Amino acid sequence: MGMRVETVAPIETIQKSPSNWSILGRELLKDKMAIGSLIFLFLFLIGIYGSIALINQDEVTKIDLMAIQAAPSADHWLGTDDAGRDIFGQLVIGARNSFTIGFMITILSAAIGLTIGLIAGFFGGLVDNVIMRFIDFILVLPFLMLVIVFVTIIPKYGVWEFIAIMTAFLWVGKARLIRAKVLAERELDYVQASKTLGTPNWKIITFGILPNLSSIVIVNLTLNLAGNIGIETGLSYLGFGLPDGTPSLGTLVSSATNPVILEQYWWMWLPASLLILVLILAINFIGQALKRATDAKQRLG
Amino acid sequence: MWKFTLRRILIMIPQLFVLSVLIFFVAKAMPGDALSGAIEANPKVSAQVLEEQREKLGLNDPAWVQYGRWLGNLFQGDLGKSYVHKVGVTDLIGSRLANTFYLGVAILILTYVISIPLGILSGRYQNTLLDKTITGYTYLSFATPIFIFSLLMLFVFGFRLGWFPTSGSVDVGVQPGTWAYVVNKFYHLILPACAGALVSTTATIQYLRNEVIDTRLKDFVKTARSKGVPESKVYSRHILRNSLLPIAAFLGYDLTAVLAGNLFIESIFGYPGLGQLFLQSITQRDFSVVTALVMLSGLLALIGTLLSDLILSWVDPRIRMG
Repeated sequence: MGMRVETVAPIETIQKSPSNWSILGRELLKDKMAIGSLIFLFLFLIGIYGSIALINQDEVTKIDLMAIQAAPSADHWLGTDDAGRDIFGQLVIGARNSFTIGFMITILSAAIGLTIGLIAGFFGGLVDNVIMRFIDFILVLPFLMLVIVFVTIIPKYGVWEFIAIMTAFLWVGKARLIRAKVLAERELDYVQASKTLGTPNWKIITFGILPNLSSIVIVNLTLNLAGNIGIETGLSYLGFGLPDGTPSLGTLVSSATNPVILEQYWWMWLPASLLILVLILAINFIGQALKRATDAKQRLG
Repeated sequence: MWKFTLRRILIMIPQLFVLSVLIFFVAKAMPGDALSGAIEANPKVSAQVLEEQREKLGLNDPAWVQYGRWLGNLFQGDLGKSYVHKVGVTDLIGSRLANTFYLGVAILILTYVISIPLGILSGRYQNTLLDKTITGYTYLSFATPIFIFSLLMLFVFGFRLGWFPTSGSVDVGVQPGTWAYVVNKFYHLILPACAGALVSTTATIQYLRNEVIDTRLKDFVKTARSKGVPESKVYSRHILRNSLLPIAAFLGYDLTAVLAGNLFIESIFGYPGLGQLFLQSITQRDFSVVTALVMLSGLLALIGTLLSDLILSWVDPRIRMG
């Protein structure tokens, strides 16, 4: 007869379930393209913002008639354009402008879209109806055409006017997306519970619902950034983007509207085009990786 | 069903109304008016004569009167006179409309021809190299801005390789109405249509892929397989049919893009359509044409949305919005 030894079940260590951020981070790191894109983006941003000290805009835009349309050389890394200005310098400045302005447009339209989406989704009813009718109407308008029209007719046209015009059209997409999510969140228990407890509405929205939307917001922000840079460069290419005096990557590409330049002087427009392409692709890869992170079915890791 | 249609059309009317008011006032804000073209032709006209003309044309009437007149003209098909070209706007648009229409239809057809097979293949052979390649392609095509892609295609295929013409919709000197004309027009369409289609395939491919993956697991597919239906038939008859219908709804949205003029493509390929007309008119400050084009665009967008909703609700009765 032996002693019965009672085995005590070991105390389970409680594991912290991964937070949103760590899931996003983990997914990002698993995706090789995303890592490559992050590195590229990092170097890119250092390049264009670090160079503020190094490259003087006036120097670069000085017209040098002796060096018109020169091919790439040691002096001018990417050659010169038809007024003798250094292409590489313009590339850096243009990239800085395009990115900064694209970034501002994205942040502003996100702020407005988020706010209105939250209001419409949370309060529902008449408020939601009115806002949605308004949004539906704006969505019908021909975006590109109207932006071009406004750019042409606004009297004192500058960078801020451009940002304002773009933001005015772009916030609606975001608002619609957020509103749909908020409508779903609203029905969940924690919101109902908070309401019963008497928590003021703004607190429920800011501290309850908003954090749960954070992953969608981040993904949307990233993908929008890529899209907005694309729109801005496209508009500048057509000549209806940034005002004169604020070079953008698109203005560099616009020299390609001349078939002679397109064919023979490739260094004037090709580098800018490739940079636009790579930049937008990089931001997109990061955004797609983040998007996969939010949808558990598609995760790689 | 008809109640739904009627309700949607009824909602569309105030939207059209607000659209026209908005565009009218934007047009008023634009510098220049109906006499600008005439002034250019004859700059020596005295200010007094100009004033009299303005009075006669009713340009000094209160805004809402002018709006009413403009709207009335619209319904009769009179879109005003172009400032620059001295002909009616309607004539200008008419000649370009056909071109834009052909381009739009070509892009639409190509998009579906490319994306439907790719989407199904991608879903059927999920996680194979084929799937990964196609998915990679969708990421690339989603991200690439259309004007860069068009530019690069023009450069590579038009200029460097010389395979395709680089501008215009038809060569000069080809007689309209002949078979050679049709072929020539088609030839000019290929490059811009490819450029447009290749970047528009993303949504459809991804959607089809997901649909195929989901449908594959459904019971009726297992039943078909166990009955001995050959695999390819399982796909083409059972799975495809289920997946295809909602795509028809996207068709409505795409229709609006058909006539939106595809500004970038037309500009880069020098294709004489509505988009190019719009850009030229803006540059020349020819605002009567601009106004007409914007109005047209908005109208088509509304119709496209309506069509899309109709098809969606016809296809899936659950979606019928009461």
